[in-house]
Amino acid sequence: MSTAYDEAAEGKVFTVSGNDWDEVVGAVSGADEERLVINMGPQHPSTHGVLRLVLTLDGETVTEARTVIGYLHTGIEKNMEFRTWTQGTTFVTRMDYLSPIFNETAYCMGVEKLLGITDRIPERAQVIRVLMMELNRISSHLMAIATFGMELGATTPFLFGNRERELVLDLFEYITGLRMNMAYIRPGGVSVDLPAGAVDKIGEFLKIMPGRIKDMRKMLDENPAYTRRTKDVAYLDLTGCMALGVTGPVLRAAGLPWDLRKSQPYCGYETYEFDVPIEKTCDVYGRYLVRMAEMEQSLKIISQALDRVSGAELKGQPVMIEDKKIGWPAQLALGPDGFGNSPDHIAHIMGTSMEALIHHFKLVTEGFRVPAGQAYAAVESPRGEIGAHVVSDGGTRPYRVHFRDPSFTNLQAIPATCEGGMIADVIAAVASLDPVMGGVDR
Amino acid sequence: MTENLPGVPEEPVARTGMFGAADGGDTSGYGGLVVRRAPQLSSPRPYGGPVGAAGAPGDFDEVADGLERVLGGDLSDAVERVVVDRGELTFHVKRERLVEVLQHLRDDPALRFELSLGVSGVHYPHETGAELRAVIHLCSLTHNRRLRVEVSAPDSDPHVPSTMSVYPTHDWHERETYDFFGLIFDGHPALTRIEMPDDWDGHPQRKDYPLGGIPVEYRGAEIPAPDERRSYA
Repeated sequence: MSTAYDEAAEGKVFTVSGNDWDEVVGAVSGADEERLVINMGPQHPSTHGVLRLVLTLDGETVTEARTVIGYLHTGIEKNMEFRTWTQGTTFVTRMDYLSPIFNETAYCMGVEKLLGITDRIPERAQVIRVLMMELNRISSHLMAIATFGMELGATTPFLFGNRERELVLDLFEYITGLRMNMAYIRPGGVSVDLPAGAVDKIGEFLKIMPGRIKDMRKMLDENPAYTRRTKDVAYLDLTGCMALGVTGPVLRAAGLPWDLRKSQPYCGYETYEFDVPIEKTCDVYGRYLVRMAEMEQSLKIISQALDRVSGAELKGQPVMIEDKKIGWPAQLALGPDGFGNSPDHIAHIMGTSMEALIHHFKLVTEGFRVPAGQAYAAVESPRGEIGAHVVSDGGTRPYRVHFRDPSFTNLQAIPATCEGGMIADVIAAVASLDPVMGGVDR
Repeated sequence: MTENLPGVPEEPVARTGMFGAADGGDTSGYGGLVVRRAPQLSSPRPYGGPVGAAGAPGDFDEVADGLERVLGGDLSDAVERVVVDRGELTFHVKRERLVEVLQHLRDDPALRFELSLGVSGVHYPHETGAELRAVIHLCSLTHNRRLRVEVSAPDSDPHVPSTMSVYPTHDWHERETYDFFGLIFDGHPALTRIEMPDDWDGHPQRKDYPLGGIPVEYRGAEIPAPDERRSYA
């Protein structure tokens, strides 16, 4: 341990290097100040990635909590201004890496709104989008609850959650070729139709999953150690949520059934039957219950979407808009060696249609033009409203894309939920907001 | 002959030629292409609504009427122009009146935009006098409506009032817009950088800030950095 006076820092600075707790405690207890400022993060395992909290402590009580972000800023929004509209999906999918499908859908809906083709997206593509979003919602919530359990000291929820999440990721891999960052949703539809056997695999998943969620509930719902750590912790009521712009499960745990899937439906959500679960406890436990119930509702939606995809009406229908000027790259296929150009498409453009070759060439090298203007499209992600503010100047590249990421906004609730509580509850509070730093910093 | 030609629009030229690269000879035949920038939109009454036929009063007119009433009669005092585009309503608000307008939008029972989805910035270097924009997306849970409020500031005087007193959620969003665009929100209690390091120079999302990057070699060919590649914009 070393102590030093730093002109720039307020008070004494202790640098803890391990095996020196006695010295630290001795020095701290002899200090004339009661106030202790500690850094939690940016590499603390409980802060969900590179989140840094600066906590001022009075004993075990947090008197001030300040959040520092920016450690994972990658300039995604700036980079998108130098790529085509379609290439943008490969960037946005990497923002909130636990819910890539939602990022892509919000972005693509924004682009489609600018193009004025929202009504022309094929029905089958919309159903597949819903299917993928709800699968993604389950995997994201599972990860939230899994890490949450581990952060409170329980490893079994972590193992259970990751095991179940693996089932979803396997489905993603089977359908899109990738487990994460799949850039599957594209402006105009989705990149590729469901491969043969996907419906059966999702059907199996639907049989297994309710039991697995029940197992998780059995383990946590009534667990005294768990409820003591979560009930009446990190209280944030409806007024607080509104003022801070907090949406998603945190808002619904404050008793307001505000879910964009119901209130401002998109992708045909108005045609599915599901409930919006709410709790009125405004605490960490309520947010956990909302997430669990949402997974059960998601299963309901998936089974309805699956019926439609495999039904006679949508079988063999296109999954990309039938507009040769926009619909790229629809002609992809998942081959035995991975994802690539469909052999049929290659034969078509190289052998039979010169126009198809020209369209392919123009769209791949240049991309499509989007009429000038701006649009805002929002979807209900597992963490709240993710909105894409998309601006075009009429060119083949976005002029500006801004994402209203729910994690970014929700993190502002840290002082409101942590100050005045115990330091151990900070962990529970952060975990219940479920921030993903990739989305926060972009 | 000339009377048969279509009129040439007055709008300023956005670019000439087909491709972004100006060096090298024009082999495409598109070198003489002139693309003009679209004029600034301003929509006349009635504004209509997010869905339904244009030309009939709708949801958007209710919002405009409500705001006109609480502002005391004249909307154009505070709102420079109203744009209805792609089913979305935008108020371009004068920066001096921004806080007042947002306060009314939040508190008036007929408007009641309780939820703000934050502030986003846009930089239009070609729009002299209004280069920097702060774009605020509002949502009314009571009436289930959305509204966009846009406020502009010139590059030479990049100041707009902070709206944190109305929507506390704007705290980080205003810091982000300051960080990326250099737009200063007067009255913000701690307008510091949020994503970039504290000692960073410049504001990266501005159009005059380069993307950066280095050329990379791929299978023997050199691929230029993304902002050096041919663009078709």
